[in-house]
This record gives sequence, structure tokens and C-alpha cells, in this order.
Amino acid sequence: MSEALVPHQAKADTPRKRPLPGSWFARAIESDLFYSFRRSRLTMVATAMTVLFFLLAILASVLAVQNPFDPAQLQLMNSRIAPIWTADGQSPFLLGTDEQGRDVFSAILYGLRISLTVGVLGVLFSGTLGIILGLIAGYIGGAVDGLIMRIADVQLTFPAILIALLVNGVVKSVFGNRLDAMSTLVVLVIAIGLSFWVQYARTVRGSVMVEKNKDYVAAAQLIGLPAWVIMLRHVLPNAMGPILVIATINLALAIITEATLSFLGAGMPDTMPSLGTLIRIGNNYLFAGEWWIVAFPGIALAALILSINLLGDWLRDALNPKLR
Amino acid sequence: MLAFTLRRAIQAIGVMIAVGVIAFSMFRFAGDPVNQIVSMDTSAAERAAIRQSLGLDDPVLVQLGRYFANAAQFKFGVSYQFRLPVADLLKERMPATLELAICATILAMVFGILMGVYSALHRDSLLAKILQAISLIGISLPTFLIGILLIYLFSVTLGWLPSFGRGEVVRIGWWTTGLLTISGLKALILPSITLGLFQMTLIMRLVRAEMLEVLRTDYIRFARARGLTTRAIHFGHALKNTLVPVITVAGMQFGLVIAFAIITETVFQWPGMGLLFVQAVQNVDIPIMAAYLLMVSLIFVTINLVVDILYTVVDPRLRSTISRPV
Repeated sequence: MSEALVPHQAKADTPRKRPLPGSWFARAIESDLFYSFRRSRLTMVATAMTVLFFLLAILASVLAVQNPFDPAQLQLMNSRIAPIWTADGQSPFLLGTDEQGRDVFSAILYGLRISLTVGVLGVLFSGTLGIILGLIAGYIGGAVDGLIMRIADVQLTFPAILIALLVNGVVKSVFGNRLDAMSTLVVLVIAIGLSFWVQYARTVRGSVMVEKNKDYVAAAQLIGLPAWVIMLRHVLPNAMGPILVIATINLALAIITEATLSFLGAGMPDTMPSLGTLIRIGNNYLFAGEWWIVAFPGIALAALILSINLLGDWLRDALNPKLR
Repeated sequence: MLAFTLRRAIQAIGVMIAVGVIAFSMFRFAGDPVNQIVSMDTSAAERAAIRQSLGLDDPVLVQLGRYFANAAQFKFGVSYQFRLPVADLLKERMPATLELAICATILAMVFGILMGVYSALHRDSLLAKILQAISLIGISLPTFLIGILLIYLFSVTLGWLPSFGRGEVVRIGWWTTGLLTISGLKALILPSITLGLFQMTLIMRLVRAEMLEVLRTDYIRFARARGLTTRAIHFGHALKNTLVPVITVAGMQFGLVIAFAIITETVFQWPGMGLLFVQAVQNVDIPIMAAYLLMVSLIFVTINLVVDILYTVVDPRLRSTISRPV
């Protein structure tokens, strides 16, 4: 018997070199999530694209041949140059230049930075707002819950883009039409945050209502932990899966919303353009045959949104929370 | 049933009052209405007289009541940019938006249903897979990019269709229509596609999912056993049963179509209410913004109320099949 057992044991010990048990890296590599990730080639491409876009945005100042926000670096002599592979292309300007001699590639890198900044901050803001309101509504319940959820119902009736436009218009009318670029960015983040909090609040509230009747919450209450500690440290982590999915999908939505607002002329100004602003500017030159001014920012925006959406779709299927 | 209807109706009125208060606060507190009306060299006495005539010195609640009373009679004040009554501006622009929205919805329904049925019946065919891929891109691409792409293809490169405006319109009473002239119809094509594409992908996915579900049911199997033709089974039995949720969703989306028309109208410089609203936001024209908010809310709330009531009449199961975008 023992002879038969020994080699079997030895075999089980040797084959794979496992990283230290308990390290987060090992747990990540061996998780179901990572397995499902490696199974889907499309998801790996989408992830690579998303990471690439973030890197491009972070390294914008290193990769760009000029700072498109600095008027001193722009020369009108260089205006309206076609992309480099066409007959009229010129050397440093990979994707051509626009009316003001701005390098389209550099403008896209800086625009990407603005778009992603607004998107990420918008998601963080709406997520925080939604999570807090959802926790309060679910944990306290009663009239508070009724009020918060009624507001959520009403807001869900209106499309986010309309709410964002209205918030934008009201802020403009309060501060006059003279906001500088940075404040506009903040206004956009707030406008987007206020239009997307509902989904988080509903999801968190749902999870909280399920979790708060479980024994571990009762135990935490018994040892006298304050309500906010129970909510943040004990209940919230159990709702993190769906929140992550919503956040990913909402990042794409937030970027679309920012781009749309900027395209409509209610977003980032020409002096500090996001991808949407670049598309609005380029759209004016479409009929003059200068297609590259609008085409490349448009492609960049579409590719960015598509990769994030694919990532979000996969995450939803992989975590399989009961969304919607 | 009656209690439910009544409760929903009261809720709808509550929403409208809340929106009205928001619209009023925008109108009253965001910027000084007097400053928008007078010129730089108006004297203080004249300003005071205008304040008096606008009733801005009355208690806020009185002003709110007056605003509601006026709004109920479609008096939304005077636009800062155009110096014209907002109600007249909206009335003038409304036919353009409604025509565009209705065309887009019809387009989305027809093609969405056709594509959905096809991709459900021939699930593994190449075309069905292409349609699925297109629908994913259709959901991912922002509306304005689709519009620009269409303009570049059909207006700039091919020169087939106009890229802006409504073309020639015919006036019937106060309603203007572009449906009766060739240039009007041509001008309608690209904006309708742009506006309808999102709905189309949504309807296509819905029809596909519903069809696949219905085709698995027993009564379809029974119909096959009875020896009915495939055609009769697919279109007479299966499709008919998928249409109820499709029409509900399309109806519910109509409010969204009107809101999304803001973007399409800007891309194509379509002279509708959405373009008016965007210009109002750019130029901080509060009376137009407030009036547009009220009107769109009224449309949304009415549609939601009707759909909610219809749900309980038709089929409560539908609740789970409706997802709302953006």
C-alpha cells in the first residue's frame, strides 16, 4: 500500500512550480477570471488596446512632436499638411496637420489624455455618489430609501446626455460664458457624474438589502461596530463585482458623453481640446477635402470605446452578476 | 388596476412639478433675467421698471405659481438670442424634429425587425454574424461619428445626398413638411439613418433574442407537427408573438429618439428643436433651455405613463426585456 502511495505523492508535489500560496499574484493567475480571460482572444486584444490607449495618454508629452496647446509651437506654414504616406505628406507630421498647423497625431495624444481624464474622473465621481447613496438607501431603508430611489427613477427617465447638457448650461449661465479650460473639465466631470450615479445606487442597494440580513452583519452589529464601518468594510466588498462591471461599461459611456458634449460645443474648448472637440473642429474641414483632421480623432475615439466596451462585456459575462 | 393607474398618474404629475421647479429656478436664479433683456446703457430706473413689469420683485412662490400658470398656456417667455416668444420658436421647429424622429423610428423598426428575424432564423450563417458584428459597432459608435461618416461617404465623396438642412419644405397650416418634395425626402435620408441606427441595433437584438425564445416553445413545435409551411410558422406564429415587446420598446424609445435628435440635428444642421436647444446651451439662452426641458419631460412622462399602464394590460413579463441605453 505504502509503496503505491509514495510515488503518487511525489508526483503531485513536483510538476508545476507554484508561486507562494496566498500571494495575490498567485491567486490572480489561478482564478477563474484569469482562465476565462486567457480563453478569449478578443478580450486580450481589447485589453491590450485599452492599456495602449492609457499609455499613449500618459506618455502624450513624450511621444508628441509638439505641444498642441502651446500657440508658440504652432506655425501657420505647416497648416493643412496631408498624412505622411500621401504625396503631400511632410516628415514630422505623421497624420498631417490642421488649419492652425497643429500636428494631428500630437493633438490626438493630448485629446486622448483629456477624454480619459474626464471619463475616469466622471466614473469615479458617479461611482462614489451612487455607492454612498445606494448604501444609505439599502442600509437605512424606509423613507430615506423611498426618497433616494424615487429620485433615481425620475432621473432614469431622462437620457444622460440631456442631463449633462442641462447641468452644463446651468453652470455656464451662473458663471457666465467665461469659464477657463480647467473649470470646464471639472464641470464636465460633475455633469457626467450626476447623470450616471443611478445604476450604481440601484445595484448597491440591491446587494445591501440581501447582505444586511446575513449573520456576519448581525455579528458585526453585535460587537458594536458603527454603521458606516459595517457598510464600507463588510457589506460593500460583497457588492464589488457588479460595481466593477458597471464602472467599465460606464467608462465607455462617460467618454462618449464627454465627446458628444464637446462635439456639440458644450464641452472642452478649442484651446484644450478633447477627442470630441477635435472631431468638431475637423468636421468643418470635411468639405474642403481635408478628411484627416476629422478621420483620425474619430477612429481613435471609436477604437477606444469599442475596446472598453468589449472589455466590459467580457467582464460582465465572466463575473456573471445578475445585472439588470 | 384603477388604483395603479391613479398612482402612476399622480407620480407623473409629481415629476412634472419637480421638473417645473427646476426649470423655474434655472429661469429665475441662473443669471439675472433683466441683464439679458436690457442693453448696456439702460438706466437704473428703467431696469427697475423692467423688473417691476416682469414681476421679479414678487415673492418667489408667487413667481413660481405665475411661471406654472404661464407654462400651462405655453407661455415660456422671450428668447434672449432671437427676441421672439419661445413658444413660437418651438412651434416652428417642432415639425422638423417630429418628422425626423418618426422617420428614424419607422426605419429602425422595419430594418431592425427584418435583420433580427434573419439572424434568428439563420443563426450560424455568415450574414447573421456580420449583422451581429455591425450591431456591436452600432452600439459602440457615438451618434455624431456615424453622422460624419455618412456625410463623408454620401455627400462629400459620392455627392448623392445633401449634408445639411431640410431641403424644400411645403407649408400646411403651421406645419411644415419635407415629405412632399424630392429635395426634402433626400435631405431626410442621412439624418434618419443616423438617428435610427442605435434603435435599429437595439430592435434587431431584441427581435433575435425573442424569436430564438419563441421558436423553442411547444406551440411552434405543434405548428410544425400540423404540417404548416415554414413561412407560416415563422411569420404567422413566431414573429407575431415577438412583436408585442418590440412595439413596446420602440414606443418607449420614442422619447429617447427625440432627445438623441439633439445630436443628429447638430451634425446635419437640421432646423429642429434639438438644434435650437444646443444653440441655447451654447449661448446661455435660459428661457429656451427651460422650455425645452419642460416639453421633453412632458413627452417622456406621458410615454412612460402610457407604457406603464399598457404593461399591466398587455403582459407583465415584458418588464424584464427592456433595457435602457445611455
